[in-house]
Amino acid sequence: MRGLAQAIHLIATRDPALFEIVVLSLRVSGTALLFSTLIGIPLGAVLGLSRFAGRRLVIALLYTGMGFPPVVVGLFVYLVLSRSGPLGQLNWPAIPPLFTPASMVVAQCVISFPLVAGFTMAAVMGVDPQLRHQVQALGATRWQTTLTVLMEARVGVVVSVIAGFGSIISEVGAVMMVGGNIEHRTRVLTTAIVLETRKGNFDLAMALGVVLLGLSFVSNVVMLYLQGKAFTE
Amino acid sequence: MIEPIYQLRDLAKEYNSRRVLSVERLDIRQGEIFALVGPSGAGKSTLLRLLNFLEPPTGGSIRFLGAEFSASRPVPLQLRRRVTTVFQRPTLLNRSVWANVRYGLQLRGRRNAARQVEMALEHVGLTDLARQHARTLSGGEAQRVALARAMVLQPDVLLLDEPTANLDPYNVGLIEDIVRSLNRERGTSLVLVTHNVFQARRLAHRVALLLEGQIVEVADVESFFQSPRDPRTAAFVRGEMVY
Repeated sequence: MRGLAQAIHLIATRDPALFEIVVLSLRVSGTALLFSTLIGIPLGAVLGLSRFAGRRLVIALLYTGMGFPPVVVGLFVYLVLSRSGPLGQLNWPAIPPLFTPASMVVAQCVISFPLVAGFTMAAVMGVDPQLRHQVQALGATRWQTTLTVLMEARVGVVVSVIAGFGSIISEVGAVMMVGGNIEHRTRVLTTAIVLETRKGNFDLAMALGVVLLGLSFVSNVVMLYLQGKAFTE
Repeated sequence: MIEPIYQLRDLAKEYNSRRVLSVERLDIRQGEIFALVGPSGAGKSTLLRLLNFLEPPTGGSIRFLGAEFSASRPVPLQLRRRVTTVFQRPTLLNRSVWANVRYGLQLRGRRNAARQVEMALEHVGLTDLARQHARTLSGGEAQRVALARAMVLQPDVLLLDEPTANLDPYNVGLIEDIVRSLNRERGTSLVLVTHNVFQARRLAHRVALLLEGQIVEVADVESFFQSPRDPRTAAFVRGEMVY
């Protein structure tokens, strides 16, 4: 109870430390979600709508990716991006160094894009295949057909984005490993909760937890709103 | 004489190297109602898909509106958009009736289509349901929406794939009337696939019998039913098994 009270207090007083953490969490997970959506929805649409050699293999990999433990993704991205890793040693400006928000975005992308793609694929496959033929008969190009099918599957596509967001905003393992929980730089809600709990600041940890819950609730409400009347129709 | 709207030459379609359609020669005239009858599995729907250019043929060619198309020469979008199909089971979009009818125009980048949509809905007698959601319609209403969304495009050719197979007599009558007026008033060429010989007789100018992917006989509706040349046609018209 005290945690809840403190959470309200921290939010009400616009505690700068809390806000910094919330903003960074949203920035990292939001950016990661944007990229995941840009990769995941087209990938899911292609896997759901077309048949090509190796499709089953890609789907199997995707399903594996959907259940990937974030810690393992963190380890993988850590090794790849570290100074002596395959990408890290290239020293290209486009490749983010470890312990930066950008590296956390990379890790969270790897976690969430399979979820977005997998759920989008399922949603698209749930649309009556007859619809595609009829839409083509009405003069749709391939591109228009795909867009129409995605529109028909919009409830499922939005769910895929929500699932993608849920998987990364609440994830600790990867951001901890890749970001390092550095104060003012890479500390996000989940890593802050771990730290405060370890320090015995249960009230603050609870407060952060409440904020995290609130965030994911608000984002879901926004998504449902964006989905519009699709549910009521 | 006006050039036929379709000229099919040695047209063949195979699925997994099984030949389902093999039409040596068939012309469909401008402005006629052409009925394709035959048992299910005869290749009628396959032929319609080829006529709508939804799939390329395996062999042979289709001459359409003065240009020739084959397996290696696909149809440009502009020409493909002069044809559309109304299917046996209409799948409407999860939107309002109005949005469904407007859809094909939208694909063609045409805005300000309100008047055309209105007219199409009026033609099928569904003006009152314009705002209603497509999922709430009855089978007959849904099929009329499918007809309206095809008519609004003012196609040169309208293909009908068993358009009334699942409907009650009232809606069958309505749809047949709409089809007839479309042909008379706008001169739209129509190809109607049906296994119902009575419907073919009521609507068509010419009829063809398709059996196992091949055309057995093409004739004017009178001679097709009164004096068929092929014994298989005679049997089919009498309602006997022909295969």
